Amino acid sequence: MRLTLALAALRRHRSRTVLAVCGVAIAAAMLLDMVMLSTGLRESFRDLLLSRGFQIRLAPRGTLPFDTEATIPGAGAITDTLRQLADVVAVSPVLGATVHVPVARAVRGRETVSSFALGVLPPVQGDYELIGGRDALSAEAVVANDDFLEATGMRIGDTLHLGTGYNPALRDLAGERRFVLAGRARFLYLSAGQPAVALPLATLQQMTGRARDDRVSLFMVRTREGSDVAGTQRWIRRHVPAVDAISTTDALARVDERLSYFRQLSLILGAVSLLVGFLLVTTLMTVSVNERVGEIATLRAIGVSRIHVVHQILLEGTAISIGGSALGLALGLVTARYLNRILSHFPGLPRAIDFFLFQPRAAWTALGLLVAAGIGAGLYPSWRAAALPIARTLREEAVA
Amino acid sequence: MTSVLSARDVHRDYELEGEAVHAVRGLSLEIQAGEHLAITGPSGCGKSTLLNLLGAIDRPSAGSIAIRGRDVARMGDREITRFRLENIGFVFQRFYLVPILTAEENVELPMAERGMPKRERRQRAAELLSFVDLAHRRRHRPTQLSGGEQQRVAIARALANRPTLVLADEPTGELDAGTGAEIISLFRRLNSDGTTVVVVTHDEELARAARRVVHMRDGRIVSDEVANDGL
Repeated sequence: MRLTLALAALRRHRSRTVLAVCGVAIAAAMLLDMVMLSTGLRESFRDLLLSRGFQIRLAPRGTLPFDTEATIPGAGAITDTLRQLADVVAVSPVLGATVHVPVARAVRGRETVSSFALGVLPPVQGDYELIGGRDALSAEAVVANDDFLEATGMRIGDTLHLGTGYNPALRDLAGERRFVLAGRARFLYLSAGQPAVALPLATLQQMTGRARDDRVSLFMVRTREGSDVAGTQRWIRRHVPAVDAISTTDALARVDERLSYFRQLSLILGAVSLLVGFLLVTTLMTVSVNERVGEIATLRAIGVSRIHVVHQILLEGTAISIGGSALGLALGLVTARYLNRILSHFPGLPRAIDFFLFQPRAAWTALGLLVAAGIGAGLYPSWRAAALPIARTLREEAVA
Repeated sequence: MTSVLSARDVHRDYELEGEAVHAVRGLSLEIQAGEHLAITGPSGCGKSTLLNLLGAIDRPSAGSIAIRGRDVARMGDREITRFRLENIGFVFQRFYLVPILTAEENVELPMAERGMPKRERRQRAAELLSFVDLAHRRRHRPTQLSGGEQQRVAIARALANRPTLVLADEPTGELDAGTGAEIISLFRRLNSDGTTVVVVTHDEELARAARRVVHMRDGRIVSDEVANDGL
C-alpha cells in the first residue's frame, strides 16, 4: 500500500516528477562522467602501456619517452645486454625522427609532407598494429598510418622518397631513401592527425647520419609473465646507467602527477553533481510534503504510524533517485562517448587514450552514492511530515 | 452499559500568536458504549479541541482521558497511533480522503496499516462501500465524487477496523441540506448497529439525531441532555 501511495503521489504531479527525474538524471550523468574522467584517463593509459606487453621503458636519463630529442648511445650493446637477462623475453629499440616526403603539387598543394618516423625492429616492435598490407620487414619497406596516407595521397604498393631533412630553397631532401609503402598501421602512442611511418631501425639510423648511428630514443622491454618486474628494473638501473628504466607503475605515477588537475576537477564537479542531486530531491520532497500536510495529518489521525509516513516519503525520493540514476547512466555514457570523440584530438595525447573510461565498479559506486543521496535527501522532509502535530495541522488546514 | 470513554477534569491550553488560549477548562465527560452523542456550542467554544482530545490526536494539558479503560494521555506516540488505528474512526468536515487513491483504496488504507491481507481488506472495503451505498463508485477517485459521496467514503474508512468509537467533526459542514440528511441517516444506522458515535456539530438536525446532546461554552460543558427519543 505504501508503494502504491508513493507511486500515486509521484503520478499526481506527473510533469513535476518527470522534471525532477530529468534533473537527477543530469546530475547522475555529470557524476558518472566525472568518475569516468577521474579514473578513465589513468586506466586507459595503463591499458595502452600494457597493450603490447612491454612493462619497462628505457629513456635517456632524466627524460620521459619522446619527451625530448635526446637519444641513447650504444643501442646495440644495450640491446644485447638486456637480451641476456633471464626474465626479459623481448627488447624493442625505437628511434624517433622527423621525415619529409615529397608529394605532387597537384595533389595537396604542398611540396612535402612532414611525418613522424619510427625506426623499429618489426618482429618485436610494440608501437603499432598492422591493419593492412605487409610489415616493413625489408630495408626499403615502410608502413604508414591513415593520416600519412591521407596527407600524401598514397596507397599500399606505391613508391615514395623519404628524407630526414628538407631545404625548401633548393627543394632538396637530405638523407633521402626510396621506399615501398608495404602496409597500413595504427600507431598506438601517437596523437590524432599526426602522419607517421615506421621503417627498420637500421635504415632510419643510416638516414639520420652519424649523429644517430647506433642510437635510439627508447627501449621497450617485455619481461616474462609473473616475473619480478621491479627486480629487472633495478638491475637495469644498476647496469645501464645511461638510461632511466621506467616501469608501467612509474609511468602511471608520473601520469597521475600530471593529471592531478583532472582528478581534482572531476572530484569537485562530481561532488557538486551529488550535492545538486541531493538538493533537488530534498526541494522536491519538501514542496511535496508541504502540499500534503492535511493529507499526511489525516493519515496520522487514522492510525498510520510515523515510520510508515517516513517510509512513504522516502520511497518517493528513492523512486525519483533510481529513475534519475538509470536515465543518467544512459545519458552519461552517451555524453562520455561524445566527449571522448572530441577529446581524442587533444594535442600531444595518444589517439587511443580514452578520457572517459567506463569502469563498472566505479560507475555503480557513483550511481549508488547518488541513490543513497536521494534517500538521504528524503529524510528531512519525511521526518518533518511524520512530526506534524496532527490536531493543529488539521485545524490550520480547515481554516485554510 | 459499559463506559467507553471517560474524561476527567481535562484542560487544554495552547499559545496562539503569543497569547494563552484555554480551549478546554476542567471538562469531565463519560460516554457509554452504543451512545450517540452530539457536542454543540458556538464557534470557538472548544468543541473540536475536545473531539481531538477524545480521539487521542491531541494531548490534554491536564486531566486524564481513558478510552476502554486505558489512559491515552500516558501513551507514547507509537502506542497511541496503534490505539487510534484499532479503536477510533475519524470523520472530518473536509473528508480528507487521499486524492490519489480510489474510494476502495481509501477505505482499505487503515486495514492495510493494520496488516490485514489484501483479499480480506478488499472484501471488507466492498462491504463498507455497500453499507454507504457506494459500491458502484468504488473505483472512482475523490475528485470524481460529490461532497456527499466523499463523506460517505470517509465514513466507510472510519469503520474499516471496526472501531469502538467513531468521532465526527462537523461531518455535514461542507454539504447541502439534502446530502447532510443522508449523512445524518447514515450515522443513525451506524449507531443502531451498536457503534458509539460522537459528533461535533453546528447542525441542529444532526444534533437532534443524537440521543444525548452536550452543549459547550468557553471550554466547559454547560448542559448535558439525554433525549427520550432521537428523531
